[in-house]
Amino acid sequence: MSIFIGILEEGLIYAILALGVYITYKILDFPDLSVDGTFPMGAALTAMLISKDASPILTLFLSFGAGAAAGCLTGFIHVKLRVRDLLSGIIMMTALYSVNLRIAGKKANLPIFTKETIFDNGFFDQTIPEGLKPFLSVLVLLVIVAICKVLLDLYLNTRSGYLLRAVGDNETLVTSLAKDKGMVKLIGLAIANGFVALAGSVYCQQKGFFEISTGTGAIVIGLANVIIGMKLFKNLRFLGAGAKKEEGSEKKSYGLKATTAVILGSLVYRSCVAFAIALGMEASDLKLVTAVLFLLILVIGGQKGKKVAGHA
Amino acid sequence: MLELDHIEKFYNAGTVHEMCMFHDFSMKIGDGEFVSVVGSNGSGKTSLLNLICGSIPLDAGTIRMNGKDITHMSEFRRQRQIGRVYQNPAMGTCPSMTILENMSLADNKGKSFNLRRGTDKKRIDFYREQLRSLGLGLEDKLHVKVGVLSGGQRQAMALLMSTMTKIEFLILDEHTAALDPKTAEIIMELTGKLVREKGLTSIMVTHNLRYAVEYGNRLVMMHQGHAIMDVAGEEKAAVRTKDILDKFNEISIECGN
Repeated sequence: MSIFIGILEEGLIYAILALGVYITYKILDFPDLSVDGTFPMGAALTAMLISKDASPILTLFLSFGAGAAAGCLTGFIHVKLRVRDLLSGIIMMTALYSVNLRIAGKKANLPIFTKETIFDNGFFDQTIPEGLKPFLSVLVLLVIVAICKVLLDLYLNTRSGYLLRAVGDNETLVTSLAKDKGMVKLIGLAIANGFVALAGSVYCQQKGFFEISTGTGAIVIGLANVIIGMKLFKNLRFLGAGAKKEEGSEKKSYGLKATTAVILGSLVYRSCVAFAIALGMEASDLKLVTAVLFLLILVIGGQKGKKVAGHA
Repeated sequence: MLELDHIEKFYNAGTVHEMCMFHDFSMKIGDGEFVSVVGSNGSGKTSLLNLICGSIPLDAGTIRMNGKDITHMSEFRRQRQIGRVYQNPAMGTCPSMTILENMSLADNKGKSFNLRRGTDKKRIDFYREQLRSLGLGLEDKLHVKVGVLSGGQRQAMALLMSTMTKIEFLILDEHTAALDPKTAEIIMELTGKLVREKGLTSIMVTHNLRYAVEYGNRLVMMHQGHAIMDVAGEEKAAVRTKDILDKFNEISIECGN
């Protein structure tokens, strides 16, 4: 049971990260490595603020903002300074490592066990019955993930969201629409890294500490979640949706929304990792498991490293 | 009104591969003109369009649009007044978005891309009407992704999308070259109709001499960065494909081929 809850908790946290990676990797077609820096950035900022007794909810918004600012910078390096996409991410990722240490007060480890977080606070102690306590984290995470997903879905259906989808699809068209494609990419990177840093903030509050190495491999986890989600669930059709299709081609007849698919992908990936650990791998092997699983997904998923290698 | 004044354009400037594309090239395109541009490969047709649209920088000279100097204006800003259709049908649409979403995108050109709904429900009937005018049955496939459409269907949409909002200039870059003869015919008829109805000033680069003769009220033949033939009005109306072919052969002989 506790393993199951653990999978849900971690899966949901990384689902927020995956929503961000979905924007850069799938929509913008931009392999954004700054994620490895913005994820711990959210965590560092949160740990620092909470250790100074800031409101846990406020840290979520501030982390999103800080991530968005870092994303803007990656975009600026790529768009205005004309550095290629992969390198812009690497530059940001490297620079953020030091920035994160500074944010955390030059400590590689900053615990906040004794402080109030969004999971553990006086309000929940009073209102939540004892029997529900084990599921509390999952419930809080479900709410956060649901809000993120709905907001992202809504955004992608605005005019600005349409333009974001267009720029990854066909840059020329964005220019034809008299819009600056560089600016659109910048906005996309900002939103994506906002989500990533938010995930970092939630991660930090759930674990109760900030640790500088949490960012290592964040992009791999994010990509794995997105690719599993898109491969396994994107084309899944429900019976209801299938029936609608028969009525006429006018009706929308899609399977799951991409954002839902990505969240499910995140849960599946976390289960795989948990399974590998249960088979006898040790916690120190986690990154190895992460990498090998990602490789398996790429090979089995028939990606043939097309996008990844194409940019590398 | 579009004016190109003493344009200089070199490719690979300063290297052994330096090539002069345009030297002291000037051209004026008046309002309501529909210019067909023909010429062999490398004669400067597409470079001309790219210079006008700002896709490539020029080395000297000025470009004016309605009297305003746009020489240093960025490509995307110029597109406000310009609609452009490319040879490759994939360039004018977004494959992973639906027909409806593509139409909405085009409809928003010139407006602010803010946080309002991407598709205005009140406009759907208008989009459907526009698509029906193509006669390709696309009006019943609003929720189909454009990526599954054929090249001809996409090009028809690209043409529709590029002329949907109020523009003044239509740039057609061999826009029928990648299509089968029958579809090309449909697209050309549609082009003629749109240009007429909306009174667009148009420049069409084509390798199809028959289209160059049948459509447009001015004909320009490019050769080595110069307009070696430039006829309009009555004179243009009298031109036959054979005349153009003769001219082509003439330059080939001059070049010693």
